[in-house]
Amino acid sequence: MIRIDSVTKRYPDGTVAVDRLSLEIPDRSITVLVGPSGCGKTTTLRMINRMVEPTEGSILLDGEDIQRRPVTALRRSMGYVIQNAGLFQHRTIVDNIATVPRMLGWGKQRARERAAELMQRVGLDTSLARRYPYQLSGGQQQRVGVARALAADPPVLLMDEPFSAVDPVVRKGLQDELLRIQEELGKTIVFVTHDIDEAIKLGTMVAVLREGGRLAQYAPPAELLSAPADGFVEDFLGADRGIRRLSFFDSAALELTTDSVVPADATADRIAAAPDPYLLVTDADGRPLGWAERDGQAGGDLAAERLLPYGRPFVPGADSLRVALDCAVLSPTGWAVAVDDGGRVTGVVSQQTIGEAIRAAHTERAAHTERSAHTGSRTHPRKDEAGVAE
Amino acid sequence: MNVLNFVNAFFSDSAHWHGYDGIPQRFWEHVQYSLLALAVAAAIGLPVGLLTGHTGRGGNALALIANAARALPSFGLLVLAVLLIGFGLLPVMIPLVVLAVPPILVTTYEAVRSVDPSPVDAARGMGMRESRILFQVELPVALPLVLSGLRSAAIQIVSTATIAAYVSLGGLGRYIVDGLYQRDYEKVVGGATLVAVLALLTLAVFWAAGRLAVSPGVRRR
Repeated sequence: MIRIDSVTKRYPDGTVAVDRLSLEIPDRSITVLVGPSGCGKTTTLRMINRMVEPTEGSILLDGEDIQRRPVTALRRSMGYVIQNAGLFQHRTIVDNIATVPRMLGWGKQRARERAAELMQRVGLDTSLARRYPYQLSGGQQQRVGVARALAADPPVLLMDEPFSAVDPVVRKGLQDELLRIQEELGKTIVFVTHDIDEAIKLGTMVAVLREGGRLAQYAPPAELLSAPADGFVEDFLGADRGIRRLSFFDSAALELTTDSVVPADATADRIAAAPDPYLLVTDADGRPLGWAERDGQAGGDLAAERLLPYGRPFVPGADSLRVALDCAVLSPTGWAVAVDDGGRVTGVVSQQTIGEAIRAAHTERAAHTERSAHTGSRTHPRKDEAGVAE
Repeated sequence: MNVLNFVNAFFSDSAHWHGYDGIPQRFWEHVQYSLLALAVAAAIGLPVGLLTGHTGRGGNALALIANAARALPSFGLLVLAVLLIGFGLLPVMIPLVVLAVPPILVTTYEAVRSVDPSPVDAARGMGMRESRILFQVELPVALPLVLSGLRSAAIQIVSTATIAAYVSLGGLGRYIVDGLYQRDYEKVVGGATLVAVLALLTLAVFWAAGRLAVSPGVRRR
């Protein structure tokens, strides 16, 4: 565990970058430092590997003051990833990744084998091994940066706005990749970003810092969204935090109905028995075709009718309430279509039902939080990646 | 076409190709003076340039000294050196080194200082020692510029080393000085041509060195 103990960084000109900051960074999880520019988040990160020395306070790594460790040994035990990857342009990709193992005295062959292994781990084709950084795209370069930081298998990974310089699509890919790698490797990651959405998506714990390097709130993302500590955090979270919070609720509990789901060859009687004014028509395999109006249908061949598009379906259990709600909002009938992994319809759900589920979830979560606060345990709800990825 | 005739006459005279005043001997002497001066200038300019470039300190003082050194006239310095020290190789080396240090020093400083700071930050953050950062991260990227500083210094040395002949040393300057004295313009033009050839050879050597020493990742080819 990394413990930041009332650390202050004051520069000779009197500027205070970090002001009596205390944080406990749990092992094997992603802790995100987020805040506007000038909030001292990068300075805090750089104090952990002593790129910046604190003016007051101390930082403990597994109970030991980092000041007592030789600076090079300390840094070699922590992977370091920066904004523009910072690759060595005169070295090939494989040699870039092998840098730290080589510094630690590994043989060339072993270091290169390790590098090749890491290229696969971060989703890089090993055919790129002999290329030079300028021959790679920004996203690929950043993957190399992550691989290089992981090369000597350090327990700690420090990441300073690593995905800020790439476009949103590539950034989302890199974020998903980081979560996947983290699931496999379980590093202690400290991640700096100015992007609150990135913080909420990646963080197990999120520390929101304000100008002048003071801690505004330190909480799991769901708690941040439901109970911002003050106006600053609330503003920083943005206007739609209620909607974003739904990413943390599972859609499995939604009550689905199949009363209005009919096959394309449904009879007139079956159509007349449907309770709602719209019917979801499916093909012979149970895949959705589109919506049809119930009234005035003779039955027999609904697929021949002009059907309204069914929009995007969601997968209960895998998708969050946010995705389900989004599907219902996008649907022309106001009903969201639920499908299983194979794309077969399992039912439909109305906006109203989703709204009830949201209210129920809020009540349950509030009761749960109260309970866990009482017993002193802190829960970190598993996040639904697909939901936060918007 | 007077000049071409002079050149032709000078190089076709077989007497110019033998003995202590022959072309191979004078050419070799010139190369030796030049290499020595370049080595001394590099031994001064490179370490100082690399160190100040790496730390980013002392840049202003450096530019001041370098500009002052550039303003010194080589010939005047030679005469002064001879008056103070007497004849020999040393008084010739002084103006040549003074001439060559500024381009080496200033370009090396600029080359290292202008290296992208993010790989340096990454290297430091992964626990690389400063000396290693300088030689394994900054220098390989700065190398094309460092070489260009050495190259312009070398070209200036080659063309200025002719002054060695004024203080009774050898080198290609002999032909020019003696030719002027003897009013043998064939010799003057021949000597000047050889200096030009040596300068072009120097360019070729540096081009080859750049191809060999600079990483394809930096050359981007």
